[in-house]
Amino acid sequence: METQDLSKAQPVELPDTIQVGPVVAPGHTLATVTDKIANVVLRRKIGLGWLFGLFVAFGVMQLLVVSAGWLLVKGVGVWGINIPVGWGFAIVNFVWWIGIGHAGTLISAILLLLNQSWRNSINRFAEAMTLFAVACAGMFPVLHTGRPWLAYWLMPIPNTMSLWPQFRSPLDWDVFAVSTYLTISLVFWYVGLIPDVASLRDQSKKRYQQVIFGMLALGWRGSAFHWARYEKACLLLAGLSTPLVVSVHTIVSFDFAVGIVPGWHTTIFPPYFVAGAIYSGFAMVLTLMIPVRKFYGMEDFITMRHLNNMAKLTLATGMVVAYGYMMEAFYGWYSSNTYEFFMIKNRMLGPYAPAYWTLIFCNIITPQFLWFKRIRTSVFKLWIISLIVNVGMWLERFVIVVTSLHRDFLPSSWQMYYPTIWDIFTYVGTLGFFMTAIFLFVRVLPMISIFEIRMLLPSPMRVTKPRLSEPTKESAR
Amino acid sequence: MELASIEHAPIELVMTSESNDNLLGKPLVGTPPVTLPGSLVRTISPAPKPAVNDPNHLDLASIREKLDAAKGPNYWRCLDEIAGTEGFQDFLHREFPRQASEWEDVEGRRNFLKLMGASLALAGLGACTRQPTENIMPYVNQPESVIPGRPLYYASAFPVSGVARGILVESHMGRPTKIEGNPEHPASLGSTDATTQASVLGLYDPDRSQTVTYLHEIKSYASFLTQFVDLLKQHDQTQGAGIRILTETVTSPTLGAQFKSIQQRFPAAKWIQYEPLGAHSVRAGTKLAFGQYANPVYMLDAADVLVSLDADLFGAMPGSVRYARDYANRRRVTGSNVPTNRFYAVETTPTHTGAKADHRLPIKPSEMENFARALASAVGVAGATSTSNAIEAKWFNALVKDLQEHKGTSLVVAGDNQSPEVHALAHAINAALGSVGKTVAYTDPIEVNPTDQFADFKALMADLDAGSVDVLMIIGVNPVYDAPADLDFVTKFQKARMRVHCGMFNDETAQLCQWHIPQSHPLEMWGDARSYEGTISIIQPLIAPLYQSRSTYEMLAAFNREVNEQSPADQPGPQQSGYEVIRAYWQGQKPAADFDTWWKKSVHDGLLAGSALPTRVLAVKGVPSASGAASGGGLEISFHADPYVYDGQFANNSWLQELPNPVTRLTWDNAVLVSTATAQKLNLQVEDRVELRHQGHTVKGAVWIQPGQPNDSIAVHLGFGRTHSGRAGNGAGFNAYRIRTSNALNWGSGVELKKLGETFKLASVQKHFMIDSQVLNERGVVRSGTVAEYKKDPEFARKMTEQPGTGNTIYPQTWTYEGYAWGMTFDQNACTGCNACVVACQSENNIAVVGKEQVLKTREMHWLRIDRYYKGNADVPETFFQPVTCMQCEQAPCELVCPVAATEHDQDGLNNMVYNRCVGTRYCSNNCPYKVRRFNFLLFTDWETESIKLQRNPDVTVRSRGVMEKCTYCIQRISYAKINAEREDRKIQDGEITTACEAACPARAITFGDINDPNSRIAKAKKEQLNYALLGELNTRPRTTYLAELRNPNPEIEG
Repeated sequence: METQDLSKAQPVELPDTIQVGPVVAPGHTLATVTDKIANVVLRRKIGLGWLFGLFVAFGVMQLLVVSAGWLLVKGVGVWGINIPVGWGFAIVNFVWWIGIGHAGTLISAILLLLNQSWRNSINRFAEAMTLFAVACAGMFPVLHTGRPWLAYWLMPIPNTMSLWPQFRSPLDWDVFAVSTYLTISLVFWYVGLIPDVASLRDQSKKRYQQVIFGMLALGWRGSAFHWARYEKACLLLAGLSTPLVVSVHTIVSFDFAVGIVPGWHTTIFPPYFVAGAIYSGFAMVLTLMIPVRKFYGMEDFITMRHLNNMAKLTLATGMVVAYGYMMEAFYGWYSSNTYEFFMIKNRMLGPYAPAYWTLIFCNIITPQFLWFKRIRTSVFKLWIISLIVNVGMWLERFVIVVTSLHRDFLPSSWQMYYPTIWDIFTYVGTLGFFMTAIFLFVRVLPMISIFEIRMLLPSPMRVTKPRLSEPTKESAR
Repeated sequence: MELASIEHAPIELVMTSESNDNLLGKPLVGTPPVTLPGSLVRTISPAPKPAVNDPNHLDLASIREKLDAAKGPNYWRCLDEIAGTEGFQDFLHREFPRQASEWEDVEGRRNFLKLMGASLALAGLGACTRQPTENIMPYVNQPESVIPGRPLYYASAFPVSGVARGILVESHMGRPTKIEGNPEHPASLGSTDATTQASVLGLYDPDRSQTVTYLHEIKSYASFLTQFVDLLKQHDQTQGAGIRILTETVTSPTLGAQFKSIQQRFPAAKWIQYEPLGAHSVRAGTKLAFGQYANPVYMLDAADVLVSLDADLFGAMPGSVRYARDYANRRRVTGSNVPTNRFYAVETTPTHTGAKADHRLPIKPSEMENFARALASAVGVAGATSTSNAIEAKWFNALVKDLQEHKGTSLVVAGDNQSPEVHALAHAINAALGSVGKTVAYTDPIEVNPTDQFADFKALMADLDAGSVDVLMIIGVNPVYDAPADLDFVTKFQKARMRVHCGMFNDETAQLCQWHIPQSHPLEMWGDARSYEGTISIIQPLIAPLYQSRSTYEMLAAFNREVNEQSPADQPGPQQSGYEVIRAYWQGQKPAADFDTWWKKSVHDGLLAGSALPTRVLAVKGVPSASGAASGGGLEISFHADPYVYDGQFANNSWLQELPNPVTRLTWDNAVLVSTATAQKLNLQVEDRVELRHQGHTVKGAVWIQPGQPNDSIAVHLGFGRTHSGRAGNGAGFNAYRIRTSNALNWGSGVELKKLGETFKLASVQKHFMIDSQVLNERGVVRSGTVAEYKKDPEFARKMTEQPGTGNTIYPQTWTYEGYAWGMTFDQNACTGCNACVVACQSENNIAVVGKEQVLKTREMHWLRIDRYYKGNADVPETFFQPVTCMQCEQAPCELVCPVAATEHDQDGLNNMVYNRCVGTRYCSNNCPYKVRRFNFLLFTDWETESIKLQRNPDVTVRSRGVMEKCTYCIQRISYAKINAEREDRKIQDGEITTACEAACPARAITFGDINDPNSRIAKAKKEQLNYALLGELNTRPRTTYLAELRNPNPEIEG
């Protein structure tokens, strides 16, 4: 595991002054890292807190079951959609969830290729989050169709009638983009897990754990051949994933940009959506990781440095998103197109203006606090900001989908859209599903990549700076 | 069977009455009056002062200011738009709870839990279901000319209030499915109105009464006859003094003869005609003017100046279809041929007729007589003395001048809901202007027995009260529901010892009668009736009665003496069939040797040749003295026939209930219409519930603020608030008959209006949001001008927005339409907004009805809608109609985005929907700039009700849940013509295909055809300079275009 490649990627090559702290708290050895992370899975007792959390999340997930059941019984009309607003919460949620997934891919692929080794302690968690978010996202396009049982017609399945999907439709591109994304993310995540699962297999005392982890480890023995192939596979998968970071949300943005609806039909959408996706993704990583890090005492591995870096990325992508909003308004005025101009006026002053201004507050004003190191390094403030950004990014999609549709070309068709209780239940239900998956994940698989953290362990000579966080008793052992 | 004895009608017993007994599950008998569902009534705490924070609050003062201050043409859509108040609060407060009601709704939740449980339990069982065996039975005797898959058309007539509309009925394998106009009938000329279009649904209405009942118990008709015939025998001694027969207006000569024969047997029996609405004042007006009853027939095509005094010429009048055609023929613009006639409408409430006027004047009902008198005086009617006239002098003088300049080519028409005096004055004005014989002709009355119906009805009330009525037979009317409130009909009528009711529904009156006999629908009976100008049509059945129903003719036959040994052999008995009655009567009228030929021709043509009534020359006897019906001060109220459910008899027709009122755009409800100024004065907001008190009678309804309504006067539409009409009509709207008294049948004064502090949701397809009225102008949505503007620049309409050239695209024109290229135009000059096309489309294309709750969620399914826009100020706005349907864009934005290729272009340029391929992403609808696509959000189509299945057009797919649908230019009709043309190896001729909307349109505002054929009507229409594409600047190249509307205002008023 001491490959040259990664050992070069030590953070010390960066000037010390910009570092907030080390990527791994001092005092850890290879053994303590493995123990500490593997313990959560293998030895830690099922805590009441975890049980309670899982129970709540699982309960909330039942809303999804109930509302999806009701939807299948009655039809998609149980939602608040109408003519002209044919897409409502479902598409808003789809885009939101897909966006959230993007941070995971960015962390696992792009940061790997860029040798940003600090990512090692957050990539596993972020990738898991990606998978669960994509799973949540994937439900919506299926449920939102009028006949969900026929949604598979969007896939190019050879059939006796030689009927193919209509390849000019962005919805069909979505099918390919999202399914590719899910597949690659899953494979990448699983491949990354193999050495860790092997560690768990070796450490576990219980028979069932040994069998399950044994099967999942695919016979990993840690030989040099294994490592060499593993490295190659990871790099290849990272290479495959990298374009996906850009392409998936670009294609999602085409769902709108290809339409002629004022507010959708704009060329800025692809970059603006990608930035928004990463923005919301990092916000969600922060939202989840800050509590998990606290509850499982992972401050040693997910240090302030990580939070700081993610906060910076959030700020950067937030600025891109802000630019997007600005340009949308600018186009509306500069194009002197009556529809565009009306659309932007309607967004700012129309009946959904509260949603618009809340989104501006959440997505532009709030992240400005991240300019301050004091806020970036305050865990609680960072967490609050991440929550606000999550809300803002949801509202952004709401504004794009609903306010564009509800007043388009012919004023006689203008109508309002109001979500129903089933819209809300479905959305909240997917949050429950997501949280359930996260709760289960942290207990059955190593939430932090064990071997990659071990690679990050500094040689004792390199630790020169005073540390921000005191090593815990456990790590001092 | 009877089949052999019936000529021409393709009767096939599709359903036996036995098999239908259980269709409804339970009879309606004893159903308690349905009150408004609780969820509809949202109770809010009483708000004594105008709620400034109320998002729906309209600042009426500022609206009016804004409109008055506006310069130039300024189209607007609704009041809220002008007010500019935003729905912020609404959004904040109601975003979530608004439809939380679904969860709160106990019914919904329980059903949901039940369904969830059941679906879990049944999920596995579903796979075990075996499809039931269905046997296909071949005909034993193949009916002549029936080819499966090819419809047959039969001429008939549809009588409303006794007056016939000439129709052709499309019949598929013995099932009438669609109504078309009879091109040879003078009242139709091939077109129909909305009510007639919807009559086919009335036939299949699952709530129709199905069995004879006695005291709400099912009996046979034979048992009724046994009892009734015995009862009549007891009256032979008294000469039938205790017998009363109550019917609607009768124009049928056969019925007239039947009444005569009844009166021979029972000379003291009385026949009373009764209708809550109708031509009462028309009859009384002619009697007043000429000393005798007459029937005025108007010739709108000859009128250069047309004045309507509340006359709903294109709406509820029996001749409206013909009138709309005649008027539209004068309004069409072809090249330099511009409208030269001018239409002034003086109205007590806005109608779609008034919307077409060049000048519209709203006046209070109490002022109408004065206005008519002043007009009579001004045009020189001898004896007319002008009293106070509140009308603006400039307007009035210009009108008078215009009338005087057009002597002999002017026409003044009074509406059915005006007093006899106003009618008499209108006749006097027409006579004074020399118009009689030119723009108006008088014939003998079309009624068999024209009388003062309300006087007869009051006499009946007195007889009932005195207990002198023994047998009361009520046929086809519903006085318990619609009798004037002060007559106390319900109590008095129950004093009749034996009450027999014959009606299509087990309605309010049926509830209080011992016997109830189901009445046959005009599509399942023999009959005859006169049209508005006297032409007689034979009504022939298209299907054997679905239930144990009897026609009026058959009911009256029950008065026949029993056939026994003493009676002559050829005497008809009480069981005489409708066919025998009709044929026997006409055989008596035409005892020629070739009667059979004449009869067959008459039934085939749908009218008796030469049966129109001859015109009479009548002298005006003088000007009527003032009726003395002056306003008693306070708020005035005027009662109007609903344009669609009429007097309430069509209340259970869901097509008509869901058809938006052309002016208010309300569905499923009537409302208390008030003007903006009155609303401001009384502090009323839209959807406020109010209590109206008129002469001690009260009713509760919801307020609708209607631009163009006269100030200090409210208008209500009758026909709503039924309690026993059936599932569609029960609980829709409020019953305004409850405050309509016999001394204020048309209007009243001194109405007290009390706010109840509640609101009631009204389902208008025209929602009230604020929008920038600038938007409409910038987008050139509705385009109109004056004749003068057109003469100055004939292309003005096209210039209102950018019109990209066909080469102006980055998409290559990959397909050139070398065969047919279908296209359509809507001529806004002709369109009266009557909605006949909308119902025709619904009927032709199996379009589902969604109900009020879904209309409130803006999920109505009409493929064709008529948008309404206003221009000018809120007191007297100009109103414009714009029919919108799928534009069949050549570069259709919907096609590009469908992921499963469910909407595709065909070689003729049609944008087709492939229903069975659609998965329902709704992306196509989102991307449609016209928002004409309709989505089955829920299971809107009724797959269960057997009788409704019979109505469906077999050529059109019935859509189910989760599928997008839209206008197809009636592709089934195109295919039909194509197949015919291909078989005959020729091209389709122009006019060979008519879409359902085009065929129905009374004004011929819709033109459809092949644009590639340079001689076609459509190709010519597209070359008109007024032709413009809606949202043409988007370059979707719509195949449907519009001809902009030209108004011909009087320069003296406009100036």
